[in-house]
Amino acid sequence: MAFGAFANTGPDLSAAAPRRRSYVALILLLPGVLYLVATFVAPLVSLVLTSFKEPGGDFEVGEYVYAFRWENYTEAIGRFGEIFLRTFGYSALATILALLISYPLAYFIGVSLRRFPLWQSLTLILVIAPFFISFLLRTLALKAIFADEGPVVPALQSIGILSSDQYLNGTAFTVVLGLTYNYIPFMTLPIYASLERLDLRYVEAGGDLYAGPAQRFWRIILPLSIPGVVSGTLLTFIPASGDYVNASKDFLGSTNTVMAGNVINDLFFQSFYPVSAAVSILLMIAILIPVTAYVARSGSEDLL
Amino acid sequence: MSTQEAAALAEAERAPRERRPRSGRGGAGTWVVGAYSLLALGLMLIPIVYTIVFSFNDARRTNIVWRGFTLDNWLGICDDARVCEAFGNSILVGVTATLVATILGTMIAIAIVRYTFRFRTLVTVLLFLPMATPEVVLGSGLGSQFVNLGVERGLWTVIVAHIMFCISFVVVTVRARVASLDPSLEEAGRDLYASPAQVFWRVTLPLLMPGILAAALLCFALSFDDFIITNFVSGNAETFPKFVYVAASRGIPPQANVIASAVFVLAILIVLIAQLSAGFRRRRLAKSG
Repeated sequence: MAFGAFANTGPDLSAAAPRRRSYVALILLLPGVLYLVATFVAPLVSLVLTSFKEPGGDFEVGEYVYAFRWENYTEAIGRFGEIFLRTFGYSALATILALLISYPLAYFIGVSLRRFPLWQSLTLILVIAPFFISFLLRTLALKAIFADEGPVVPALQSIGILSSDQYLNGTAFTVVLGLTYNYIPFMTLPIYASLERLDLRYVEAGGDLYAGPAQRFWRIILPLSIPGVVSGTLLTFIPASGDYVNASKDFLGSTNTVMAGNVINDLFFQSFYPVSAAVSILLMIAILIPVTAYVARSGSEDLL
Repeated sequence: MSTQEAAALAEAERAPRERRPRSGRGGAGTWVVGAYSLLALGLMLIPIVYTIVFSFNDARRTNIVWRGFTLDNWLGICDDARVCEAFGNSILVGVTATLVATILGTMIAIAIVRYTFRFRTLVTVLLFLPMATPEVVLGSGLGSQFVNLGVERGLWTVIVAHIMFCISFVVVTVRARVASLDPSLEEAGRDLYASPAQVFWRVTLPLLMPGILAAALLCFALSFDDFIITNFVSGNAETFPKFVYVAASRGIPPQANVIASAVFVLAILIVLIAQLSAGFRRRRLAKSG
């Protein structure tokens, strides 16, 4: 169910008609599956092949030939090891912040507002509202808000949190805040979907058995909403770790906040394809390992 | 069931609630959670409000400082020809990619729910992985494939990429709708001598339509706002997000804010109307049934 959060919550799959075996299935599947093989699997293979390429005979930039050059990987790790750590630090922090903000919000909409369907719909629309305005423009809006002449920096300086020569844009603070803000709906929606279906009689039963509010939360509400938390964490962490818009210097970052995505992007456009591909592969492996472990631990074998 | 039994059941259902009149979570806790949530929602709206407000800014070259209210940007969206062209490209890409991805994805969703086939797990993993892969990897992979094959990148390669990342989301969205479809409705069609094609076009497809439309909207929204993948596969072609990214270092023309605001208002209206009409339908059903 990891990614089921975006699906309409309908009745159980078991309620559907029994599955048949027919050549029709092949006709239905083939076009889409072939398309994904050509545009998803083949590019991944191409990425792996590219990551082992070596410079071509005339050593022109952008000219590479197929080879087995392991050094692309050692170079990627050696040059960008610190950036990998930073990428994970930033995206983990953003994911935790998004969870801390989203959980109470999702509880409020999914449980507290349950008896007011109209308000529930309206607040839900507010949650997804950021989806509808350009991702880049809302990030630039954040940049303007945290600019030196914006409303926040002078206010923080006047109460002494920032000294007069300190700034916010281009620091880890704004990058993590941008990542949190941009991916928060991905966290809120799946948690909401879990809490909205939460059977409150379990919570009442807990109360009848003299569980206090804290116990009812930790031992009833939270465990029942874990599928939503797992989905939300993945849906936030994965895109955040590959993001390079927030961290780029024209947006909320600077040369001190470079993330793995920025490296992949910059090397690609400087035509250093092999090392860019090596960084991509390393990023993908580095994400798939914890994600697989996380999904396995939280017991969601059914991925879709 | 006798009336006494029914009364006893009703009594049993009512009893616990009467004994515990909304204690604990119904009190102060709810207010704290409510205030926290409203604060969070309010803060999250600030960048949106900012973007919309600055679409009315009487800005010349850079749209950072407020210079006064004007409607010129809204009346002359195409005064900046590049914004207009990029917007047109985004619409073209979004519509084409949505059309193809929705058809391919719906076919897969029907196959997954209705049929058994070999390599089922493999197909599931193939559909899951594009959603679990960071966009920058999808983009650089497809980009390097185009470079390796010597393919000229442009708008059509952007469409190819957008179809790819949309398919999985369409499958997930439509799948739920297929699963909740009552098979007896199709059986009724067959009993009335409808051919398989008639059953599909006149029973199955209309019943799936809400799910398909939701998937199409999701796909269009993802495509319209995608920058990260687009950047790797677009060559010299410019979509709206790519225009904004390129312009970010020199300053964004206010017309970009106009387009983003107009799209935002339109999208919110669509969602509002869909939600409200669903609400009214539910109320009407509750009344009549």
